[in-house]
Amino acid sequence: MKSKFISLILILIFLITFVIFFKGLKNSNIYTPDTNLKKEVPSFELKSFENDSIVISEKIFKDNDYYFMNIWASWCIPCKEEHEFLMKLKKDDSIELIGFNYKDNYKNASSFLKDLGNPYDIIVSDKDGTASIEWGAYGVPESFLVYQNKIIKRFIGPINNEDLLEIQKIIR
Amino acid sequence: MKFIHIFLIIATILNFNFLKADEIKTENKIAKNLRCLICQGQSVYDSDSEFAISLKLVIKNKIQEGLSEEQIYSFLKMKYGEWILYDPVFNRNTYFLWVLPILIFLAGGAIIIKRFYNKK
Repeated sequence: MKSKFISLILILIFLITFVIFFKGLKNSNIYTPDTNLKKEVPSFELKSFENDSIVISEKIFKDNDYYFMNIWASWCIPCKEEHEFLMKLKKDDSIELIGFNYKDNYKNASSFLKDLGNPYDIIVSDKDGTASIEWGAYGVPESFLVYQNKIIKRFIGPINNEDLLEIQKIIR
Repeated sequence: MKFIHIFLIIATILNFNFLKADEIKTENKIAKNLRCLICQGQSVYDSDSEFAISLKLVIKNKIQEGLSEEQIYSFLKMKYGEWILYDPVFNRNTYFLWVLPILIFLAGGAIIIKRFYNKK
C-alpha cells in the first residue's frame, strides 16, 4: 500500500515536470517586446542636431498631431533600408517626423542625409544613447508612433512597406 | 607562536588591498542583475553592445541622481518589462518557480526523517 502510494506520487511528479517542460519547448526564447503599448512619452532635453540649442520634448509633441519618432544613425546599415519608406512617409502632411540621431557624429550623419534625403522635421542628437533608453529602445533603427503624448505603436528594426501602409492607415 | 605571527603579517598585508569584494560598486551589481536584451545569454555588465553601454551610463546617472537600487530596477522594469531582470519577481506567473524547490526540499526532508525513525 505504502509503496504504491510513493510510486503514484513519483509518477505524478514526473508527469507535472513533463508537462511543464513540454509546454516550455514551444515558448520562443527570443525576447519580443510588446509593440502596442500606450505609454506616456518620456520627457527629454537634448541638443538639436544642427546647432547646440536645447530641444525640450514638451515643445515637440503637441496634443492632436501624429508624430513618428525614428531612432537612426549613419553607421547603421538597416537605417539605409528603411530610409526610402521614411521619405514616402514625409509626403504625408498629417504626420511629423522626429529624428533621434543615435551615437553619431555630425559629419557622417549630415552626409548620410545629403545622400539619401532628409525626411525629418526635427532632428535631435542622442550622443550617449541615454535618452533612447528612456524611450525603452533597444538600438537602431527603432521607431515610435506618438499620438496625444502617448506611444501608440513601436517598430523594432527597419520599417518596411507593410509598416508604412499601417501607419498611413492609422493617421488617416 | 611563530605560525600566528606569520598569519597576522599576511592578514595585515592583505588588508591593504583595496579591491575587496564588498567595495564593488552598486553600479556593477545592478548591471550584473540585468539581462542584455539584444545579446542573448549575457548580462548588461558583460556586454559591450551599444545598448549595454548606454544602459550602464543610465544606471550611473540614476545612482548620481540618488535613486536606490530598487528604484532603478523598477524604472527599467517599467521601460523594458520584467524580462530585463535576472531575478524573477514573485507573482502569479512565477510562484510555482519559487515554491517548488522549497516543496521538494520539505518532501525530501520528510522522507529522510521518516526513514530515520522507522529504523529506530
